[in-house]
Amino acid sequence: MIITIASGKGGTGKTTVAVNMALSMENVQLLDCDVEEPNSHILLQPKITETELVCTKVPLISEELCNYCGKCSKFCAYNALFVAPKTVMVFPELCHSCGGCALVCPKKAITEGERRIGVIKKGEAEGVEIVYGELNVGEAMAVPLIRAVKSQMKKDKNVIIDAPPGTACSLVASVHKTDYCILVTEPTPFGLHDLKITVQVLKDLGVPMGVVINRAGLGDRKVYEYCKKEGIPILMEIPFSKKIAELYSRGVPFVAEMPEWKEKFLEVRDKIKRGEADG
Amino acid sequence: MVKEITVLSGKGGTGKTSVTASLAVLAQKAVLTDCDVDAPDLHLLLKPEVLEKQEFKASRVAVMDKELCVQCGKCEEHCRFGAIENLIIDPVLCEGCGVCVYICPVAAIELEKRVSGYAFISKTKYGPMSHALLNPGEENSGKLVSLVRKNAKKVAEKENCTLIINDGPPGIGCPVIASVGGADVGLIVVEPTLSGIHDMERALGLLNHFKIPSLVCVNKYDLNEDNTAQIAEFCRSNDVKIVGKIPFDSVVTEAMVAGKPIVEYSPESMVSKAIEELWKHTLENL
Repeated sequence: MIITIASGKGGTGKTTVAVNMALSMENVQLLDCDVEEPNSHILLQPKITETELVCTKVPLISEELCNYCGKCSKFCAYNALFVAPKTVMVFPELCHSCGGCALVCPKKAITEGERRIGVIKKGEAEGVEIVYGELNVGEAMAVPLIRAVKSQMKKDKNVIIDAPPGTACSLVASVHKTDYCILVTEPTPFGLHDLKITVQVLKDLGVPMGVVINRAGLGDRKVYEYCKKEGIPILMEIPFSKKIAELYSRGVPFVAEMPEWKEKFLEVRDKIKRGEADG
Repeated sequence: MVKEITVLSGKGGTGKTSVTASLAVLAQKAVLTDCDVDAPDLHLLLKPEVLEKQEFKASRVAVMDKELCVQCGKCEEHCRFGAIENLIIDPVLCEGCGVCVYICPVAAIELEKRVSGYAFISKTKYGPMSHALLNPGEENSGKLVSLVRKNAKKVAEKENCTLIINDGPPGIGCPVIASVGGADVGLIVVEPTLSGIHDMERALGLLNHFKIPSLVCVNKYDLNEDNTAQIAEFCRSNDVKIVGKIPFDSVVTEAMVAGKPIVEYSPESMVSKAIEELWKHTLENL
């Protein structure tokens, strides 16, 4: 079973839910797909056993073979190639690695080289296997690194994916081909607004979903009304509590100090497994 | 010269938008932008009246004519994005590269332009606003951010505004790079948690990478004073100024529920006083 934890709005508690849920279950692999700002490892403190470089493919031009016909730059949808009368300029940071330029080159002057965009790290803590990505600072494209993190998925494990905030391509790449999505929100106007957009993405993708309300007690009741109207089940409420906030600030997963919550996370898992939580 | 401040954080939910909305009130007639185009929230506080709406067409999507398809499977074999499965194109995964169109032997696939979102130019009672909404699940958020900032500069010139305040998205990737590139200063809003500190360090790294001067504001600083001290130490040793420290107060959430910037909702609160100080020190460093 693959469960993704997402939110739309940042800072609603995705990582808190992902890590505490992982610690409540057995045989878990946690994939942190927030490669721009990964935080799961801060709560888990894993022992890192492996680090792998992640590269994307970029065109390499053989000036010997190239006749500057310009077909590659004409083809490139991302303006990553510019052909002048006697030179070809490549802008690797714009390249999406589609391989089109090499295909269209009539002189076979284009091969593919590699460009480093980040690393993935693998480790283990408290019986939880973790894989997370770290995008190089200054690198724009997160999606290839998210795919690299997900390629480490082990089918025989209970997989939990910690998704990045936002509702754009990084979310889609993270939630793609998962069995269920838990949306973590807070009961505020910002939380509700971004929840609505995220629900739309998941509907488009056909992924069943439920909501965890974090910092319950703050804000207003509009998130509850919205979920009821849309038929999206509320799986759990985590109260707004100084103790939980304080534990988080020190990087301590709250189930470690409040073990009674493990049962509640397992109930959520069971509901999802039995198909009783599909919104 | 128009000056530009971008508010960012690395980690989401540290209070970028609540701070930006209040700075908008204090700045009086700055152009405000929301550069978080896929989960924008600033409009919930500034209540813009839209004057102009633009279609944002930055990408294309492959569309297959089933009648012409001879099921050779070449498109599926060559697609690097896994967007074609059993000869069906998934528009969500398609990045519009055109390889399938090129490789198809019977010209059964075409690229169509798609509307990826909308950009808006609006007015608010605090000043003009440039914002946008990316369609759910879309890519090209960076390009839409660039359009929002371009629109803001045009409006600033037209309306004789000397300042633009950008509310940035979380993270450090494509839309954040598009939000900070060429700005005069990046104001990082950090919360005193270990995650907040980790993410602030990466956001500072990003600003350094693009040679943009950085300032730091600690939000909810009293939630963990040890961590706040650690932030202060980190900033001191890296020569970054802390221009504000805002206390935790649930009045911030109340203001959000009321749909108002906190300095307007509760001008006498400690939070509002702290944001006024923050604004003063930010201007001194601009």
